[in-house]
Amino acid sequence: MLTETAKTETEREVDRLSLVIEIGGTPVRVNTTDADFLGMLQDHYAGFVAESSPPEIEFEVETANAGFVSMDSDVHVTHQRGRWSLRRGDFQAEWEPASRTGSIRLSPKSHSFDSVLRIVHTLVLARQGGFLLHAASAIRNGKAFLFAGVSGAGKTTISSLAPPDADLLTDEISYVRKQHAGYVAFGTPFTGELDQAGENVSAPIAALYFLAKGDENRIDRIASAEAARALLANILFFAEDEELVQSTFHSAFEFVSRVPVMQLTFVPDARVWELIG
Amino acid sequence: MSKLYLARSPRVAARSLDGEMMIMSGRDSTLFTLNKTATILWQAADGATPLDEIVERKICPEFDVEPATALKDAETLAHELASREILQVSEEPIAPNSTPGASR
Repeated sequence: MLTETAKTETEREVDRLSLVIEIGGTPVRVNTTDADFLGMLQDHYAGFVAESSPPEIEFEVETANAGFVSMDSDVHVTHQRGRWSLRRGDFQAEWEPASRTGSIRLSPKSHSFDSVLRIVHTLVLARQGGFLLHAASAIRNGKAFLFAGVSGAGKTTISSLAPPDADLLTDEISYVRKQHAGYVAFGTPFTGELDQAGENVSAPIAALYFLAKGDENRIDRIASAEAARALLANILFFAEDEELVQSTFHSAFEFVSRVPVMQLTFVPDARVWELIG
Repeated sequence: MSKLYLARSPRVAARSLDGEMMIMSGRDSTLFTLNKTATILWQAADGATPLDEIVERKICPEFDVEPATALKDAETLAHELASREILQVSEEPIAPNSTPGASR
């Protein structure tokens, strides 16, 4: 029989190998026996580590080098009998939403875990009318602004030009959650070229801008149909699941009916932010 | 010549916005924007109305075209939409919510 002291030490050991990462108001607990890996996550997700939030999802994580081919393999996300299966060259994961539990076997790299986390969040958000978007985002004067575009459109540039009174939520992947009659953007640790995690704050979304570099700063309204098309092209979506595809499609139309969507043509200098906020 | 019946595939999501009909495949997330004729076919595809009746009532009044030519073009378009799993096409009326296996 364990002594009271021994029990406490055991409990401490369990606590030490657990971490809750809360992004977009969804706490995800990671349990692992790999202390080095957990330490790496602690550093990588600093600012998004929750001290006491009860988890909405709990993953048992096993790290392994053997049996994984490469990071560049295709992602396969499938749903069968209430379980999601996530597979890529460097990870295999299972997640059962009903029990809120899952398991992950992966290369002990932060970008492998980051990919699993991104996919899980796309699945969580899709059921709630939200999505992850290829977009930088920032809060200014209490309102969130999203800046979307393909690689090279200016997400990193507009992020790096943000004035001191703006809170950068992300330079790469925006977290969009439907809330009441509108949408809210949350900060994420999902980084792009700036390699700088966003602020862990949120605000109602005031506008979505599609970026275009030009020889003047100006904002043009985009027709709703074109806005929906452009939005759909920038939503992160991995699941091979008809129901989820359909709900994401309708979420995009819902978003453009509630949030102004515009094109922001800009000269790459700080004056562009005079138009925002 | 046998009649053709059209029904909307249950495996797609569809929305009309600013007069544009957009369809997304549930299978592979491909997004389609339908032209005017395809939109008419989609909207009229109730599984019960034969294609020649759709052409006569909806397409001929909209476009200055011979009924026989319009029907031939509409058949080609319907089969193209079926090949992309947007519509189901059958020589028999199609029951609501019938499986994609009923299309051809």
